[in-house]
Amino acid sequence: MANLDDLYRDIILDHYRSPRNRGELPTPPARRVEGFNPLCGDELVLYVDVRDGVLVDIKMTGHGCSISQASSSLMSAAVKGRPLDEVRETIESFKTMMGLREASLSEGEASDDAGDLRSMKEINALAGVVKFPVRIKCATLAWNTLEQALGAPS
Amino acid sequence: MTSYDPRRVRIDTPIQERVINGHPIAYLDSASSSLPPRAVIEAMSRYYERHHANVHRGVFQTANEATEIYEGARAAAARYINAPGGADEIVFTKNTTEAFNLLANSWGVANLRAGDVVLISEMEHHANIVPWFHLRDRVGIEVRFIPVGDDFRLDLSDLEQLMRGVKLVSLTGMSNVLGTINPIAELTRVAHDHGALMAVDGAQWVAHGVTDVVATDIDFLAFSGHKMLGPTGIGVFWTRAALLDAMPPFLGGGGMIADVRLDGYVPADGPARFEAGTPPIAEAAGLAAALRYLENLGPEAIVAHERSLTVDALARLHGEFAERVRIIGPLDAVDRGGVISLDVEGVHPHDVAQVLDQYGVCVRPGHHCAKPLMRRFGLAATARASFGPYSLTRDTDALIDALGHALTLFS
Repeated sequence: MANLDDLYRDIILDHYRSPRNRGELPTPPARRVEGFNPLCGDELVLYVDVRDGVLVDIKMTGHGCSISQASSSLMSAAVKGRPLDEVRETIESFKTMMGLREASLSEGEASDDAGDLRSMKEINALAGVVKFPVRIKCATLAWNTLEQALGAPS
Repeated sequence: MTSYDPRRVRIDTPIQERVINGHPIAYLDSASSSLPPRAVIEAMSRYYERHHANVHRGVFQTANEATEIYEGARAAAARYINAPGGADEIVFTKNTTEAFNLLANSWGVANLRAGDVVLISEMEHHANIVPWFHLRDRVGIEVRFIPVGDDFRLDLSDLEQLMRGVKLVSLTGMSNVLGTINPIAELTRVAHDHGALMAVDGAQWVAHGVTDVVATDIDFLAFSGHKMLGPTGIGVFWTRAALLDAMPPFLGGGGMIADVRLDGYVPADGPARFEAGTPPIAEAAGLAAALRYLENLGPEAIVAHERSLTVDALARLHGEFAERVRIIGPLDAVDRGGVISLDVEGVHPHDVAQVLDQYGVCVRPGHHCAKPLMRRFGLAATARASFGPYSLTRDTDALIDALGHALTLFS
């Protein structure tokens, strides 16, 4: 039986109550991308500032359920200030965790990246979402929107 | 007198024997779909086990039986809403939504011209909005909206103004979000005074009311089987015979023709003209059983029971949670059905429904196919609890208990 504690971990509730990186960035230089979840009405506006291959800043506005809000907040903390190739790797690890990608890394390997160990660990708090299949789309909204904002790798 | 006892109805509906996450199910989503009693399930099984054959034109015995069952359901539906012309005025559709598409595409296309107005309201289900937008784009009609006031009821203060150029008023009898029951008979008089016809979305109104199309004097009615203890896949479109006979076909194919030649076709008479293809026969058997079941309980008694549950739930939700749980709908139970939309402070409706599920409480989060209404009140979604003939006070107990847990978790 899927337990609510698997879904609503303390880290998730914390990021829901106090979301990180809320706000807007001037465009340009930042890019602005919108993400929607038409089924539940979740909306996310993402601002990403990429310079010299590094995601130097990220901010967001919008509204949604605790899972979508916490996921976007956790994501922003994990990717801010990191080179794009690492950001893309993080997106891939997250999607693997959500069961949306074939696992290519052994479990935990993605967390070994020096420097951002803590944010990756925090993202793992979302692992319980897979036990609630209808909520996976809530968790992935921000990540899909970020992927869209970054565009194809150059 | 009827023998209505909601506890008996509960025993009759097998799904309510289920235990969800260790809790007895508290099914509070009847506005989405109601739970069928055994009588309905058995009528459908019996049909497939004993009588199944295609309807009409069959000569062999089971084909005749299937036809009798199907046409018998038409008569049952006519009786249930007091259709003056009887079974010949009942068209079976897939659901309420298809009935509105039939109305717009058949009556609408034949009778509406560019500039004509269809007057609907801000509290309509998308089923009574989108088909009119289609017609606006195809024919150039104007779709006009009666606003909804802060009291969650239709704002009729500018009705005379709104009625200008209106050819059809099409309104929900009872909002599937607010629970508001609209003054259909009164608005039908206004429509007729202005030379307009009146269509009613009866998805909730027929399921949770006493329906009499003669007394209300409406012109069109749409409703769904599965909202009133029947199966999914069957709905009803009703209009008076004089109007129906003048309506051109909508869907084409087998069953809806009198003759087909290489240069064209002649449509069938009566409801068959609108029922292309093999119809939902088992579902018609189920619907007839549901209507018989409801008639035995007595629609008046069901309305009274659901009203007392609603009065109790509204008072207790307010008493228990005050402003932390806002009710999106009228707080007084006058002209109001058992649909209670909740806006829980600091908890998104999806999270409300997720926590409630942990306690076996089934409520629906979302926009309930009424996005213009959601926007009107600045909401993306609500968590909606709704009653049926089998609902009991203990469902409200479970709701309140689980809402307390949701508030604690997210506080």
